[in-house]
Amino acid sequence: MSFPWAQEYKPQGTVSKWVDERLPLPRLVYNAVGAGYPVPRNLNYFWNFGVLAGVALVIQIVTGIVLAMHYYASVDGAFNSVEHIMRDVNSGWFVRYAHMNGASFFFIVVYIHIFRGLFYGSYKAPREMIWLLGVTIFLLMMATAFMGYVLPWGQMSFWGAQVITGFFSAIPLVGEPLRQLLLGGFAPDQAALNRFFSLHYLLPFVIAGVIILHIWALHIPGSSNPTGVSVKGEQDTVPFHPYYTAKDGFGLGIFLIFFVAVTFFAPNMLGHPDNYIPANPLSTPAHIVPEWYFLPFYAILKAFTVDFGIPFTGIIIIPAKLMGVLAMFGSILLLFFLPWLDTSPVRSGHYRPLFRKFFWYGLIPSLLVLTYCGGKPPYTQWVVLSQLAAAYYFAHFLIILPIVSRIERPLPLPNSITEAVTGKPLPAAA
Amino acid sequence: MVRLIAFLVGLFFSGMLLLGLGDTVITAIKEPAVPSVEAEFHEETLPVTFAHDGPLGKYDRGQLQRGLKVYSEVCAACHSLNLVSFRDFAALGYSEEQVKALAKAWKTEVPSINPETGEPATRPAIPADKIPSPFANEVAARAANNNALPPDLSLITKAREGGPAYVYSLLLGYRDQAGYKNEEGKELLKEFPEAATPAGLHFNPWFANLNIAMAAPLTADDQVTYDDGTKATKKQMAEDVSAFLTWAAEPKMENRKSAGWAALGFLLVFTVLAWMSYKTIWADKKH
Repeated sequence: MSFPWAQEYKPQGTVSKWVDERLPLPRLVYNAVGAGYPVPRNLNYFWNFGVLAGVALVIQIVTGIVLAMHYYASVDGAFNSVEHIMRDVNSGWFVRYAHMNGASFFFIVVYIHIFRGLFYGSYKAPREMIWLLGVTIFLLMMATAFMGYVLPWGQMSFWGAQVITGFFSAIPLVGEPLRQLLLGGFAPDQAALNRFFSLHYLLPFVIAGVIILHIWALHIPGSSNPTGVSVKGEQDTVPFHPYYTAKDGFGLGIFLIFFVAVTFFAPNMLGHPDNYIPANPLSTPAHIVPEWYFLPFYAILKAFTVDFGIPFTGIIIIPAKLMGVLAMFGSILLLFFLPWLDTSPVRSGHYRPLFRKFFWYGLIPSLLVLTYCGGKPPYTQWVVLSQLAAAYYFAHFLIILPIVSRIERPLPLPNSITEAVTGKPLPAAA
Repeated sequence: MVRLIAFLVGLFFSGMLLLGLGDTVITAIKEPAVPSVEAEFHEETLPVTFAHDGPLGKYDRGQLQRGLKVYSEVCAACHSLNLVSFRDFAALGYSEEQVKALAKAWKTEVPSINPETGEPATRPAIPADKIPSPFANEVAARAANNNALPPDLSLITKAREGGPAYVYSLLLGYRDQAGYKNEEGKELLKEFPEAATPAGLHFNPWFANLNIAMAAPLTADDQVTYDDGTKATKKQMAEDVSAFLTWAAEPKMENRKSAGWAALGFLLVFTVLAWMSYKTIWADKKH
């Protein structure tokens, strides 16, 4: 699809030929993830995570479909139906723990995948569309994960739903009606549980659809690579199969070892004990915290503590709560504009000395601080830290990156991928 | 244009956050946070180890049977176990006959109806029944317990930070509040005179807010007579019932761990083979 030297699918047997003439599906697969897709030869292990994210989605869909066969979406029965799965359904404990931890591992691999894109500039031309679709997938994942966490109808499910839908009530005028519309009532109840279950089942397939677009868009320019230098010729690439299928097989083994270790030996490590208490609308947990993968955004939400208004008049234009909500959504939405904020023509962070400093000493620490503080109670030290980190987060993308792109003097780039790999200049073109 | 708008938005958000930071710091200096009594006197769980700890740990059947005895003679007076059926006790090493006898002899009968009149009634439990609550409903439970609701214990070790160690600590954690000092030597009632335990509650520094409605359930050694001759010290009973409740919350733990080792073994072989084929395939390509 992408390069003229890509190997062509040649059906061998009569049946393959017959199929290829009528519905060339094997050809599509061959060109997408087979020998027909030439990939830069210098990809490092960070490039394994796209495939791993796909595997994680498949794990979630397969385990999820089985869970849905035994789950009962009712405010009276949901909690006990999950325990029924854990206790009475054959191997139900495995399916449920795999699904529960599968969500966490899906986010782990996607976060590493996004990190790869951020550091190696994978969002830059000509790959903007891949990035935009990727951010869309990320948003869909967050919605799906949130609604999935509500389904067991434990204390954190209920109060998480209460808090998250409460964000909408911060919107002026239409906020409260909008919240009631989303929940189908004044508080999370049967109507909300039913629609969350319905959407939780639907959205993964929407994600799968957007992933197809994501991969389609990827195949137009082809994969990026750690040097950020574009592919110049056949010597720069290897066919996806068998080279990267083999490498991804190894990566998959390592991923599954971690996944299995947590799922079988510490299945509740990433969860919250309160979600083993049935939902009780009359008893608020001491600390309502979302799942770990939402903590950075939760920290941003809570970091806004002052109203925006006209000083000394008491007129409030944007209350702190609304600002927190706007900032929390903004912190993800700004990623849509990233290809146009970072204008440096150099893709890879390896050759960007200034960018690299802000990336490693600014962005990464501030994200770690936000994740840590997001799970802490609102004591002064955690609030101050998350305010500092959140301020840096916004400054990094919206202020620092555009300036850095303009003033930075990048290091000299290798002439080609092959040269970067072998250390030898390219042979003269034949 | 995009960059100009982004710059302004960034300036606004970062600016408001830094303003908030200043505000937080000023507030903290003007009105320093008062340490709460919970923050100063709530205790971490006591050290305790169980046979089922760790990736190789298995339940100690003898201990689970002793724990069941403590549960049935002490805890069950107030707490149900409504996710566990009598028949599940077979996993503790009881025969079918023993389970039947256990269910039949259970102190609380299960709700039923009188087959002749249709009036509400109770009948002796059978193995298929869940362990019943001694109270007919929440109102009855609260009425009998000074308005506190004894929680169901089926998932208690998974629903509390610290798990079985929390249950163990709580059971042994009742203290006399008068003169109580923490490890730093601070005396609670001198530091927080207003935090005296209200009437009807019981002081227990392992409970989240230090005052628990439940009176100390384990009051003396030999409160329970163990069938296997183990000396029933308070510590022993607390340990045994914590192990039992861990089993009640996670009855499939042993299946899970053994399946986990099988899966890991398989994956190890798979990964080594995958690594070898990766190296073989790439042998001729510098990358």
